[in-house]
Amino acid sequence: MTPAKRAPPPSREALRAATVGLSASALLILGIYVGSRRFKDFDVALVPYAAATVFAAFALGYRYAIWLGRPPTKRYFQQSLAIFFTRGKILANTLGLARAVYGSLFTQRFIRERSTLRWLAHFCIMWGCLLAAAVTFPLSFGWIRFETPRDSQEMYEAFVFGVRVFRCRLDSPLASLMFNALVVSAVLVLVGIFLSLYRRSRDRGVLAVQEASSDLLPLILLFAISATGVLLTISTHFMNGFNYTFLSQFHAVTVILTLLYIPFGKFFHIVQRPTQIGVQLYKQEGAAGEQAKCARCGEPFASALQVGDLKRVQAELGIRYGLAGGGHYQDVCPPCRRKNLALLQDGMWGAVRRGGDPESKES
Amino acid sequence: MSERALFIDYARCIGCQACVQACEECDTHRGQPMIHLETIRRRDSVQTAPQVCMHCEDPICAQVCPADAIKKGPDGVVHSALTHRCIGCSNCVLACPFGVPKYFAAIDQMMKCDLCYDRTSIGKKPMCATVCPSQALTFMTPEELERTRRGTAVNEWVFGEERVRTKVSVVVPHEVKEVHVNLVQLGKRREKAEPDDVAALLEEG
Repeated sequence: MTPAKRAPPPSREALRAATVGLSASALLILGIYVGSRRFKDFDVALVPYAAATVFAAFALGYRYAIWLGRPPTKRYFQQSLAIFFTRGKILANTLGLARAVYGSLFTQRFIRERSTLRWLAHFCIMWGCLLAAAVTFPLSFGWIRFETPRDSQEMYEAFVFGVRVFRCRLDSPLASLMFNALVVSAVLVLVGIFLSLYRRSRDRGVLAVQEASSDLLPLILLFAISATGVLLTISTHFMNGFNYTFLSQFHAVTVILTLLYIPFGKFFHIVQRPTQIGVQLYKQEGAAGEQAKCARCGEPFASALQVGDLKRVQAELGIRYGLAGGGHYQDVCPPCRRKNLALLQDGMWGAVRRGGDPESKES
Repeated sequence: MSERALFIDYARCIGCQACVQACEECDTHRGQPMIHLETIRRRDSVQTAPQVCMHCEDPICAQVCPADAIKKGPDGVVHSALTHRCIGCSNCVLACPFGVPKYFAAIDQMMKCDLCYDRTSIGKKPMCATVCPSQALTFMTPEELERTRRGTAVNEWVFGEERVRTKVSVVVPHEVKEVHVNLVQLGKRREKAEPDDVAALLEEG
């Protein structure tokens, strides 16, 4: 037998990320403890959901910290924060941020520009999921609960953090909406899934590049959650509770699996995506400031802010673009890079014809 | 017989734009050409230069991507930015040594040549190589290239001190083992230029 190899010690980045992950979980547990009034309002039947969420919080925190530690991500993050908190510009930046949030996150114009079908599918899935999350997370954490008051079987009361916020009649439209909020969200998600599958099964470009693990699995998971959720309602109202126990357990399994999958798969973009807002701010700042001019043609081609940051990031990554005769390849604009390659090749053939060295590094 | 690969021979390009038109028809980026066709200096020369993605072994575009959105497949093809991750920062556009990625503001996304993945993944030629009449862009085996061209294919590049190895190769004289990228500045005058030495002609300004 060969001795077992000792595992290498975890890196500093991994330890830092684990600390962030554990802090996220600890904060969530504290939030559940306080929000459910020391577990008084905590529904024991929902423990598996809460436990899976606590794990997801750890994994999300861990992955987010690792991601944020990458040199380009870190640079953008730090610069965006610095730009946002520039003295005298915070109000203007807040307004700009609000506009960007509306355009990019709320209406998602950029997806509509890609294709209306794609936008509609994503819109349905996103709002369906957000609605479901807004209902189920506070419920499983014990932050909200519903009760029938002792003095009336016709009424229904809603409590948030133990404080009664409203009461309504059981047969009122509000109560009906409340009871069926998850059905509405499930139907929205199902519509989105069908639109998405339709697109994915017909678009030849998508068919060529899509992958089962990253593109189809998330749809399958959401379908499983939504379908079992709707079936629970159907079983209750139309089938006298047929197979209700099995369905509820199956539903729980699908939800827990999805919660565990969120930090590792495509759903990670839910927490990653808002970075787009910071980048928009960064780009605005760059456009308003000094512009970098190409070392070859002399034309402005990007913001000096971004070119400077890129050079720093490249140095951190070990990308060595410094040119032999001085200068930096990053200072050459993309069109000049392309033209230069053709001229180089042409120069090589020219050197051969003249009997010189085609590998000469002289320009 | 080796696998077929894409080769660029800039000197053969006649600037007909067929590659640009055909590239638009590729299913993975329908309606948008991903190929660049540069006119070097129209006033002085008819030289044009097509540029596709070179599909680097360790893509710099992916390294500088803050969103971790650029992925290389097991077959060495570097794909367009993942749509759900790309945050439209343009780091890749500015850092790519070959100047390849394109940023589309309306969709806030980077797209680039993916070697016509809908075609090459099933053994077909990429659109550009299929239509190029002068075969400046050609998709063949290295053996076929050696047999039919007077140069050799090189896929090693040096930008400053940065060494880059690519899946796509360029046709250069046999003596060349790697391409050292220095800036060819236009505007200098030489005493005598070969009639087909475009770089020198351009330098004559």
